[in-house]
Amino acid sequence: MDKLMRLASEKDVVVFSKSSCCLCYAITILFQELGVTSTVHEIDQDPEGREIEKTLMRLGCNAPVPAIFVGGRLVGSTNEVMSLHLSGGLIPMLKPYQTWC
Amino acid sequence: MDFPSTQFVPSRMMGTYEPIHQIGMWGENFKSIGNPSISASVIVEVDNKLENESETASHEMPAPSCKHDQEASKPFDKIQRRLAQNREAARKSRLRKKAYVQQLESSRLKLIQLEKELEQAREQQGLYIGGGLEAGHLGFSGVVNPGIAAFEMEYKHWMQVQNRQLGELRTALNAQISDIELRIVVENGMSHYFELFRMKSTVAKADVFYVMSGTWKTSAERFFSWIGGFRPSELLKVLVAQLDPLTDQQIFEVCNLKQSCQQAEDALSQGMEKLQETVSATLAAGQLGQGTYFPQVAMAMEKLEALVCFVNQADHLRQETLQQMSHILTTRQAARGLLALGEYIQRLQDLSTLWATHPREPA
Repeated sequence: MDKLMRLASEKDVVVFSKSSCCLCYAITILFQELGVTSTVHEIDQDPEGREIEKTLMRLGCNAPVPAIFVGGRLVGSTNEVMSLHLSGGLIPMLKPYQTWC
Repeated sequence: MDFPSTQFVPSRMMGTYEPIHQIGMWGENFKSIGNPSISASVIVEVDNKLENESETASHEMPAPSCKHDQEASKPFDKIQRRLAQNREAARKSRLRKKAYVQQLESSRLKLIQLEKELEQAREQQGLYIGGGLEAGHLGFSGVVNPGIAAFEMEYKHWMQVQNRQLGELRTALNAQISDIELRIVVENGMSHYFELFRMKSTVAKADVFYVMSGTWKTSAERFFSWIGGFRPSELLKVLVAQLDPLTDQQIFEVCNLKQSCQQAEDALSQGMEKLQETVSATLAAGQLGQGTYFPQVAMAMEKLEALVCFVNQADHLRQETLQQMSHILTTRQAARGLLALGEYIQRLQDLSTLWATHPREPA
């Protein structure tokens, strides 16, 4: 739990992923499109990956990945991010973290 | 006004008459009728009968010998006039034939729809083996996936309910019903679409390729397919064009929705590309040509599991798009939107049927 929260709070926008996860990739593409550089943690590459996965499930994620944290707070998985974006709530949430080149 | 040429007299009609008399009678009949439109309709009737006989009948000369006898006794310019009249009549006949064929095609369309309904009623009982509703589709040969069979039956029923609901929408919009009542009709329509997404989610677990291929839909619908269904942005385009006038606030919100939709679609599309690359790379790993490749295939299957997630995400996007639109629009606008969408899909389905049955030139 500690490692998860530490990783989640370290950077502004954090995506927990697995190296083979293409849906996670899609999320990072979306963030890129919105001017946000997300930090991706591939939990299958992490020695404590199993623990992290269990914690994510306990936090309410249906699938452990992708799990998206913004400003240290759990937003949810792909469903939540997509719903948020279509309802217009994602961009305001990401505004403080947008870095346009 | 034109005389029908002697070519158009089929030999059987010359039954009890002398050939020369028969031709004379045709001429008499049309000389005496002053009204060109009546003559034209008689010509149509005759020509239709002829079309039923055979395609080439009109181009044949059934009694060349009698025509020759006649020609020999006429002066040159009368021959020329007769030839010109023949050409003109032939041209008009071709035009009438074209109109008739178009009429035939729309009747065929109707007939196929009726046959579809009949088939649906017949297949209520047993398992439906095979897929697709239009002519020419190759269903499963052999193994029947029960998940797919169940879905196909459910989908047929879904389409019936859909068509009924479209009728209800039409009636509701024309009648003076209250907004509250109209809201119920709209909610029913929305729930019906959500029901489809649930059905698709279930069958995707049984066979995701089935959903991806769009086998259960008509060919024109498949043409527009994006990850197992319509592009949400495409749906928006169709909807918005039908919804004038929108308030400035609505236009602003719809614009934002369009943009977010497009961004989400692009992200999913790129994710799909990545998935293709991953599966391809996994499958092609190691030496191709060695003959043993089960590990690669097994690993590729694992990667392919992700396709189910993508199909679900695409449907989720469609659902969210519909939800958001229903928030932005008034009840009446939402009703019109649902009707427009439903009818657009019906047109696509009719296009598929017409295309499948349209006669083509041999290659």
